Amino acid sequence: ENADPQKTAFVLRKAWTLYSVTPLYRFRRSRLSEYARLLSAFIAAEKQKGLAVEVGVELDIKVALSSLADLRGSELDQAALLVQLSSRSRASSKNSEDKLVWSGWFCSMFGDDLSENVPENFTCLPLFLTHGAESYTSLVGSWFQKTFDCCFRRLAISPLNLSWMVAMWAGYKLERAASAVELVFSVPRLSQPLDISYAIHPEDAKALWDTVQKTPGEITQGEVDVFMDCLCAHFHRHFKIHLSAAKLVKVSTGIASAHCDGIVKILHSQHLPGVLMLLTELAISQIQ
Amino acid sequence: HLATSLPLPSERDHLRPRIDMVVFMIDIKSKYSLKNVETSLAHVDANFFLGKVCFLVTGVGRVNACSIETNAVCKLAEAYCSPVLFCELELEGIRAATAQRLLRMLQICAGHIPGVSALSFVSLMRSSNVD
Repeated sequence: ENADPQKTAFVLRKAWTLYSVTPLYRFRRSRLSEYARLLSAFIAAEKQKGLAVEVGVELDIKVALSSLADLRGSELDQAALLVQLSSRSRASSKNSEDKLVWSGWFCSMFGDDLSENVPENFTCLPLFLTHGAESYTSLVGSWFQKTFDCCFRRLAISPLNLSWMVAMWAGYKLERAASAVELVFSVPRLSQPLDISYAIHPEDAKALWDTVQKTPGEITQGEVDVFMDCLCAHFHRHFKIHLSAAKLVKVSTGIASAHCDGIVKILHSQHLPGVLMLLTELAISQIQ
Repeated sequence: HLATSLPLPSERDHLRPRIDMVVFMIDIKSKYSLKNVETSLAHVDANFFLGKVCFLVTGVGRVNACSIETNAVCKLAEAYCSPVLFCELELEGIRAATAQRLLRMLQICAGHIPGVSALSFVSLMRSSNVD
């Protein structure tokens, strides 16, 4: 659990798009370099077919697959798998550096619910996070689907789950001055879309959560409801608007932020396992 | 008759026909709708809870827009001894089927079906809980 901060630094401060992935069939950790070659060839072939990603510039895409033993919850979890696509322009000199154009990683953080019920030959890495052009995501996704007979689905986050996240993250202790706790609501059924952004001082939010939470380390749905009800009641008192009738679309705290379309950004390495555990749980419930 | 909350305005009491059934609509995308229903329930006479009240949860087609736990709704319905129907109003087929179910229930509540009374709903619910 004590992950090397250098190895996990790539996760922080990037907006990751989330997917749930069904278990991979006949995936072998020992064959990573072979898989990298096959994926590289697949991408090159698709580009030949005309599914070019960047027009005008001739780019060779280099694929690297690596295992991240530190990114897992328990010994029962599979180590995370990182896929990186780099480009080197053919025109530039041999010594020029590769430029990272896309990264994606598969992970399982305390995903026992899924892995304990799965037959042999299947590897469980239910959460897939991507950063980079959508076109590369679909290329990589197609190759994995064909090769390991798995299925990718965008992981949407419901308002119910977003409120769970903001309550949990607002309650974490922060060492220094952190950014505000922000909730963004979208108001339905209007001729022009209206978004309401509600920002709360992080200390106030934590103070509120501390009065609500009864057992440290444990969170119940009831406590999350009380936390959210207090925030909505406060807003109603000032603006006479019922936020509970609007749709919660994004939550943002000093720890991490999450959007209902399934996009997260993690800012603090200290809480990375907690955030990943929650996301793994969401991915698993979407699969089952 | 459609109302956004209870109690109904008293000015029109004398013009209102007899109420045979009350359907509380809860939008799964709106926590506010659940709260509204909870406060409105207090204004319903206890006699209605003998089979003349039903909860209708709408918007269940969009799982990712859930703002309410379905568990919470089921617990509420159990507490008030009334059935819950789940539907998606945006789908014409389900909308029509749900309307037909409600109409059938209304006919029974209004006493139009000989041999079946609203009390049957209550006993039907109890037996499914035992299972």
